[in-house]
Amino acid sequence: MSGMTDIAARGYAKPDVLVSTEWVAEHLTDPSIRLVESNEDTLLYASGHVPGAVHVDWTADLNDPVRRDYITRKGFEALMSRIGATPKTTVIFYGDKNNWWACYAFWVFQLFGHKNARVMDGGRLKWEKEGRPMTREVPAIAPTKYKAPERNDKPVRAFRDQVLKHVKGRGQIVDVRSPEEYAGTRMHMPDYPNEGALRGGHIPGAKSVPWARAINPEDGTFKTASELADLYVKTNKLKKDKATIAYCRIGERSSHTWFALKYLLGFKDVKNYDGSWTEWGNSVGLPIEK
Amino acid sequence: MALPAKLQDVLDLFATFDDPADRTNLLLSYADQFREVPREVATRPFAKEHLVPHCESEAYVWALRQPDGTLKLHFAVENPSGVSARALATILDKTLSGLPPAEIATVTPDIVERIFRQNISMGKGLGLMSMVQAVRSLANAADRKA
Repeated sequence: MSGMTDIAARGYAKPDVLVSTEWVAEHLTDPSIRLVESNEDTLLYASGHVPGAVHVDWTADLNDPVRRDYITRKGFEALMSRIGATPKTTVIFYGDKNNWWACYAFWVFQLFGHKNARVMDGGRLKWEKEGRPMTREVPAIAPTKYKAPERNDKPVRAFRDQVLKHVKGRGQIVDVRSPEEYAGTRMHMPDYPNEGALRGGHIPGAKSVPWARAINPEDGTFKTASELADLYVKTNKLKKDKATIAYCRIGERSSHTWFALKYLLGFKDVKNYDGSWTEWGNSVGLPIEK
Repeated sequence: MALPAKLQDVLDLFATFDDPADRTNLLLSYADQFREVPREVATRPFAKEHLVPHCESEAYVWALRQPDGTLKLHFAVENPSGVSARALATILDKTLSGLPPAEIATVTPDIVERIFRQNISMGKGLGLMSMVQAVRSLANAADRKA
């Protein structure tokens, strides 16, 4: 497959989980794939997207409108029907901010076991830099029937009490926020408003590895397996065979790290704690390190 | 206190659009009309005092006093993905430029919710509200100097 050689040569544990922009360009009309764009700014898709791509908004489409939780089986089935996907469809995610939101959507899809999923390496940034076509035309999609299993959080999602147990057992935790948030000197991302944590700091024992260190900033592509291993395994002493929990503020940045650890480095058991700091830093009596 | 008339008209227009797709298109048409701060007013690197705090789209704002005492607003949005910030900047410029500072200072950040409604992701509207707050602060400062 042309365009895949580069990805295949990077030494990833599961290289098939990434596709190149070139590969996507060659498969724009392939009926077995569905391109899904997920961004932070909900207007970005409407301002121009890869031809044929559909929009999945992380708030409106993936989160429960009332409770702090993800959509239910029914909601996921409706979403898949809307985007014209069947269980056999290869869903290819891409988006802004080095695929941060694409990885988040990818992760939510895994709660429903849609394993036929990939991420377009480099996301919008690389596609645009390469001068590839963009359109404002929203594709007309014939709704499909999609029968999803009940949401199964267990394999990839961690909850507060589970994290607490993990802390007590000196489990492996990665804090992917900025160094300032980790240190507790800042309660939110640089340049972002404070979104409501009463305490600053980090979960005891967590290693600080800001999420964006996994990518090449010039084109948004993931670093090679050996570069990632240098970062996570060598420098930060994380072990591939130990259960690992990643967290950030609400679980979006950490789904990017979850993706890199699980698929690119082949960590055995990685979970994303989406409650993250907005839950931990607000919970009464939980241990915090500063 | 009543909002400036042109801004009220825009809010009324958004209020009539119930279909999210229509609202998105309207927002997009404003984003498309965005004109960056002219070179005679400011050039890169823009001075940090014009940077809107907490705005992830790296928005900058200027409020220039005109000979007739009114203000002219200018914006720059450095993040190429900041479509919402460009839409809001255009709306603020089109509806508030040419008004006296005291009138501009009556505009509060809650207009963001009325304009963007479902187009704001959880919590991300706060950056846009900061843009309005920045305009308000500049207008208040200009009003005090007057």
